[in-house]
Amino acid sequence: MIIHQRQYIINDVLPPSSSHMNKLSITGKTSILVAIGCIAALWFLPLWRIDLAAPQYPEGISMQIWINDVMGDVDIINGLNHYIGMKTIHKSDFPEFTYLPKILIAFCIGGLLVMGMNRKRGYYIYTLIFFLIAAISMYDFWKWEYDYGHHLNPSAPIKVPGMAYQPPLIGYKKMLNFEALSQPDAGGWLFILAGAILTVVSLYEWKRTKTGKI
Amino acid sequence: MKTFPLILLLAGAAVIQSCKMKNTGNAVSGDAAGKVYVAPGKYDEFYNFVSGGFSGQVSVYGLPSGRLLKVIPVFTVNPENGYGYNEETKTMLQTSHGMVPWDDQHHLALSQTNGEHDGRWLFANANNTPRVGRIDLKTFKTMEILELPNSAGNHSSPFLTENTEYLVAGTRFSVPIAEKEASLDSTSYKQNFKSTVSFVGVDKTTGQMGISFQVILPGMDLDLSRAGKGPSHGWFFFSTYNTELANTLLEVNASRKDKDFIVAVNWKKAEEYVKAGKAKKMAAAYYHNTINEETGMTTSELIKEVLTLDPAELKDFVYLIPCPKSPHGCDVDPTGEYIVGSGKLAALIPVFSFQKFTKAISDKAFEGEFGGIPVIRYEAALHGEVQKPGLGPLHTEFDGKGNAYTSFFVSSEIVKWNIKDLKVLDRVPTYYSIGHLMVPGGDTRKPYGKYVVAYNKITKDRYLPTGPELAQSAQLYSIDGEKMQLLLDFPTIGEPHYAQAIPAEKIREQSVKFYDINKNKHPYASLGEKATKVVREGNTVHVYMTAIRSHLTPDNIEGIQVGDEVFFHVTNLEQDWDIPHGFAIKHAPNAELLIMPGETNTLRFSPAAPGIYPFYCTDFCSALHQEMQGYLRVSPKGSNVPLKWGTGHPDAPATVAAK
Repeated sequence: MIIHQRQYIINDVLPPSSSHMNKLSITGKTSILVAIGCIAALWFLPLWRIDLAAPQYPEGISMQIWINDVMGDVDIINGLNHYIGMKTIHKSDFPEFTYLPKILIAFCIGGLLVMGMNRKRGYYIYTLIFFLIAAISMYDFWKWEYDYGHHLNPSAPIKVPGMAYQPPLIGYKKMLNFEALSQPDAGGWLFILAGAILTVVSLYEWKRTKTGKI
Repeated sequence: MKTFPLILLLAGAAVIQSCKMKNTGNAVSGDAAGKVYVAPGKYDEFYNFVSGGFSGQVSVYGLPSGRLLKVIPVFTVNPENGYGYNEETKTMLQTSHGMVPWDDQHHLALSQTNGEHDGRWLFANANNTPRVGRIDLKTFKTMEILELPNSAGNHSSPFLTENTEYLVAGTRFSVPIAEKEASLDSTSYKQNFKSTVSFVGVDKTTGQMGISFQVILPGMDLDLSRAGKGPSHGWFFFSTYNTELANTLLEVNASRKDKDFIVAVNWKKAEEYVKAGKAKKMAAAYYHNTINEETGMTTSELIKEVLTLDPAELKDFVYLIPCPKSPHGCDVDPTGEYIVGSGKLAALIPVFSFQKFTKAISDKAFEGEFGGIPVIRYEAALHGEVQKPGLGPLHTEFDGKGNAYTSFFVSSEIVKWNIKDLKVLDRVPTYYSIGHLMVPGGDTRKPYGKYVVAYNKITKDRYLPTGPELAQSAQLYSIDGEKMQLLLDFPTIGEPHYAQAIPAEKIREQSVKFYDINKNKHPYASLGEKATKVVREGNTVHVYMTAIRSHLTPDNIEGIQVGDEVFFHVTNLEQDWDIPHGFAIKHAPNAELLIMPGETNTLRFSPAAPGIYPFYCTDFCSALHQEMQGYLRVSPKGSNVPLKWGTGHPDAPATVAAK
């Protein structure tokens, strides 16, 4: 409903031009800037967080994953993980921290290009690229979690047969005395918002083309 | 007249008798349990810092639950955490007469700003070997101890002025000045023995203490004291006994006079005399021991002089107010106008008016002199007397609503009375024979009120019996209503005298969880396992050791010889809340170390015979705490075993959790 109403307002304001069926609306162009803004915020806000709680940690332990760093109680987590033989977490072990920011910068520049091209098709491809980055990132994150959780030091002091310590990709999991909660942090939510905006506006642009043809 | 006190004593005995007839069931009404119940996971409303008496320490309780939270070692060594034993703190108890490992801790004072608790420091007195200590309320650790020269029985201490400008330390014993000897007879006493009041300046930002000047007074005994506040800020008041100047059987000889004195010292005027160069420099020898926050090491400095002021020569800064019968308490109300004397043998409570007192000085309403100091006429300074309040008043605190609460040792009760009209409003029994009492903030300009706590001298049947030696007993009463209500009875360590209480929120948030290892400037710290080593310098061996869950590095040490002096410098590498590590080695004749995260502590050990000396972590730190252990090999003197150390085998899996 809202989309329809706004469409009429925009159509009333803007006189139709010959090629307007293939061009982006003001909403489409603005949405790219908003999405870029959301992604730019990732340099200032953490992407993801994993919270741990145990009986002897009533205050909780928390780790924040940024696009270029891992922060929070990493030392405490490393200290605890050595008992079960998990590898220690070090920023330098993750090449992602170097290339993820680069990919995101490229994505932002790409957005400006799509705006300049002013073609709906470009917008649709742009949205697809976004989800490609998101999917690959999540897969990569899962792979790291799997790696940390399964490749354990055979001489670890504590060995529980059949036990792996892979944290949940998203959501809650109980592992020995620890409860783990994995979820997007502030930056992650902005990234999701960017995805939602791109999706909704893609649909809007597509519908606009359809209604325009009638 | 002579039969009067006797009748009162009998009456008092009757009161005690009637108290004993009551049982606690009668004394406690229905909702008391709910008022003191602090549910699991919830916190107490107040921190209650309680003097440890002959334990020499300070205990910390939660109110209203009465739960013991901590014992802070101050004037007595504490093998439990190495205080006074480890190399860092062993000189904290250094005095002009060597290391004095015990004391008698009576009174506490929380630092104040504008007459209110500011939650920065807690000051404590040592009564036996005169000292004052400062505890940092971020770490609950004793950071400084200052010895007091020309002092004996540092009892009227460590009371503070309303902006913590000065801490006072008055002497319970009169002694010859400059630690001289003198014969013990009445002529010699009157000639040679003096009481003194030390004004200890407190640095506004660091809390560091230093004696600014001492006032030398006639040879009476000073008991308690309080600073003026508000209008009376600038004055300090001290209660006295033995103005009879007796040197023997004080029980009788110091109880002869009807009145002793409250000594009023105008410290602002004293400051002016000092500034004008009127103070006399006197040779002295006293220690000032301070822990450096960054290194954790104690610096002990011997100070060799002190400034003194003689009120018999320098006029108009000390006055005496007669006060009945050996006063104990000398308490200034929140407005700063009323000074309550508590003659411990008197059957009334005199209340003096500060306005009347200053008017008496300007009117020269004096009745004579004592040791060259003017004595003000009793009536000229008196606001009024509380009649028949009870027997043996000791100490008074205030609720900020115009009421005073006075403890009565002999009649074993707390009496509530109105400061203005001096009428008794309520009384409750205490179990048994209360000494000091405490209303949270009751000595400040803005009492928090709510509760009064009785710190009693006799326990008897209050708890399950534990042989002849019993814990002390305290009672918590609600003072919210018109009538005081007994809520709780709880045992206390040592023998509490005075106490302080502060709302939890003024301390809680600032409490340090662990020390930042990056700020550890200990000269022998190992900031990481790679920095561990063993260094021989002649017969001295320094072991640079680290502790992290769950191993010590190095944990195998060889090449030590009989006659070596081994220093274990153990750094706790943890940077997490509540992960201390301990360190103990077999046959060490001193104590253990208890090392907080980020801290370095040193244990000295001279093995007397060849052998293997196991060492281990004493604080249960982790699931593999029991495995946190190692060996020291000690060979005969002159042995050719080389110095060798390490943790783990070179081809074993990488050392875990290395920083």
